[in-house]
Amino acid sequence: MTNSEKNKTMIFSRFERFWHWTQAILIMFMMFTGFGINGAHHLLSYEMAAIAHRFAAWALMGLWVFATFWMVTTGEWKQFIPTTRKLLEVVRYYSVDMFKPDAVHPYRKTRKLKHNPLQRLGYLGLMLLILPTIWISGLLYLFYNDWPSFGLENLQLSQVAFVHVAAAFAMLVFFIAHVYLAFTAKPIFKNIKAMLNGYEEVYPDDT
Amino acid sequence: MFDAGNIFKVPILALIGGFLFISMVEAETNISKSTADHSKFKELQQEFKTGSEVTQACLVCHTEAAKQLMKTTHWTWEFNHPVTGEKLGKRNVLNSFCGNVATNEPRCTSCHIGYGWKDMNQASSEALSEYDVDCLVCHDTTRTYSKVATDAGHPQYEDKIINGKKVLPPDLTKIAQHVGKTKRENCGACHFYGGGGDGVKHGDLDSSLVNPPRALDVHMSKDGANMTCATCHNPDAHNVPGSRYATKAVDKDGVDTPANHYKDHTTCESCHNATPHKDNQKLNDHTDKVACQTCHIPEFARGGVATKTWWDWSAAGKLDTNGKPLSIKDEHGHLSYLSTKGDFKYEENVVPSYAWFDGQMSYTLRDAKLDDTKVVAINHFGGSADDPNSRLWPFKVMHGKQPYDTKEKHLLLNHVFGQDDASFWDNFDWAKALKFAAEQSGQSYSGEFGFIETTMHWPITHMVAPKDEALKCDHCHVRGTGRLEGIEGVYLPGRDHFPILSIVGWSSVLLTLFAISLHAIFRIISSSRGEQGHDK
Repeated sequence: MTNSEKNKTMIFSRFERFWHWTQAILIMFMMFTGFGINGAHHLLSYEMAAIAHRFAAWALMGLWVFATFWMVTTGEWKQFIPTTRKLLEVVRYYSVDMFKPDAVHPYRKTRKLKHNPLQRLGYLGLMLLILPTIWISGLLYLFYNDWPSFGLENLQLSQVAFVHVAAAFAMLVFFIAHVYLAFTAKPIFKNIKAMLNGYEEVYPDDT
Repeated sequence: MFDAGNIFKVPILALIGGFLFISMVEAETNISKSTADHSKFKELQQEFKTGSEVTQACLVCHTEAAKQLMKTTHWTWEFNHPVTGEKLGKRNVLNSFCGNVATNEPRCTSCHIGYGWKDMNQASSEALSEYDVDCLVCHDTTRTYSKVATDAGHPQYEDKIINGKKVLPPDLTKIAQHVGKTKRENCGACHFYGGGGDGVKHGDLDSSLVNPPRALDVHMSKDGANMTCATCHNPDAHNVPGSRYATKAVDKDGVDTPANHYKDHTTCESCHNATPHKDNQKLNDHTDKVACQTCHIPEFARGGVATKTWWDWSAAGKLDTNGKPLSIKDEHGHLSYLSTKGDFKYEENVVPSYAWFDGQMSYTLRDAKLDDTKVVAINHFGGSADDPNSRLWPFKVMHGKQPYDTKEKHLLLNHVFGQDDASFWDNFDWAKALKFAAEQSGQSYSGEFGFIETTMHWPITHMVAPKDEALKCDHCHVRGTGRLEGIEGVYLPGRDHFPILSIVGWSSVLLTLFAISLHAIFRIISSSRGEQGHDK
């Protein structure tokens, strides 16, 4: 039997919220400084941009160590397991049904299954494709002088820079879509509030 | 028992005692560090009339000195390049300044380390003997010794009247009795004045380095390391290393000492090692590609002495209405025209040019065929981003025009100085001067001449600025306006980007923004319709 009553539940724990917003600020900062290094804007000197970008990179790596530990120890990583169940309905909701006045989100959100199938795919794509590409290329960029000791003499800095910048564009596209979709809730600030105070009305988990 | 007088006596005595103590300390430091006082040597107690007489006296004790010197480039003006095999050295090469020593000897050999070398067709050791080695030009400490500009290396021996004033010759006896270690001004007597005047040739070597402020040269300043030339150009048996023809562009040995194994002159790394930036690893990350000099010599000719950057010989020879040679200065007081030499451009605080450099210079020698549809490089060098023995170096690039054989397509020697009817500086007749130079030097010459534009690269390594003055990241890591525009073989962040990736990337960003705008508009429209529906 599943309970069909929604309850106000803490779905984003304090650490998760801290992680999310710190990561959000650092990623925005890294995009700003990174596109400065890339030469897309000249709001910072190269020197300032490069120093700030490196600094933020180390901070974000530190944050990730904690986040990974948290994911593993709490089992929250399971939230990101992809599923096709209800995927088409969710896609249909965002592309068609959403514009109907009485449409209801087809996903049954619970504490342990708080991400809909589209979110899971999006976040998994971020975590398995975009972020690793950025991190690996970024670390290679950072440790350019040590390539010979890694056996990477034949790698070219231009190749690494290309991959890094391409991934940064993917990150920026993700970021824009993510921010927009956060405001597609009904009421409009529901997701933002949940991400700030942790609480949302969700269905109880199956027992 | 206690009176007013005593109150003053104590401090006065203390003061006197203090003075005594200070003067004792001073006296102690005034004792020469040398173990020999040359003024006490019996051999030097004589009236020297010529430089050679002094040298004879020197060699009584320093029995091997002349033999040592006669093996050095300072003496032979010859350099057999160990890599290219080219025969270089002043005796052979042409440059883009005065051109050539051959046929202009007594003027040019005023900077030879000997007395009386008057013909480049003869090797210096054939023409001169051990007694003709000039010890004093390097070892004078009195600052009174100098060579006459036009007398093949001899100093002045007789009284002279110059501009109505009597000029006494240097006191060779006094100078001989006060010889000592070579100082900056000794080397500078020739090396600061190359190309015919102070600072003309090198750009990073001029008279401002005799006593430079720290801002000009941290190494040679008295407020810095107070180093002499020999601190780095550390001589071995009178052979002073530091050839510009075959230099060490990269030093992978790191810190070493003269007593250890550096064979060439010392490099920056010999003292500072290859990772000298203690608080900034990213700067150390540059040292595999960028020479120290590139960042630490932000500009050359910074000491108030301008260097010549353009010399157009083709303009030489114009005379004024009275048939007298002209001398014209620019608004900064620098020479811009001389009938004897042509058009000039002088510059101060010059931003160097940069290039990959492997340290090996080769030359467009006097018989080398040249392509006269292009600017001719008087010297050229190897080097690339991928070559571990290359670094990105700063250069002074000298530009100018000089005579060449339009038929046989090679550079021509020029005869400017001499008491004859062909020397350009006296006769202003190119045809005669070039013909004379070719005949005297044995150079092939069709008789038809023109002027060709040339460049010459001079590596910059002196005038190292204090570290706060070094280049900043944004001097190079910037798009379009940086110092390393045009340097190939490296991806330089900030300068380089991927235009296609940028187009694709920003297009995707715009497309995303467009899509969400559309989505948002539909939501707004549909929700307002929904509200209208509810109202019904």
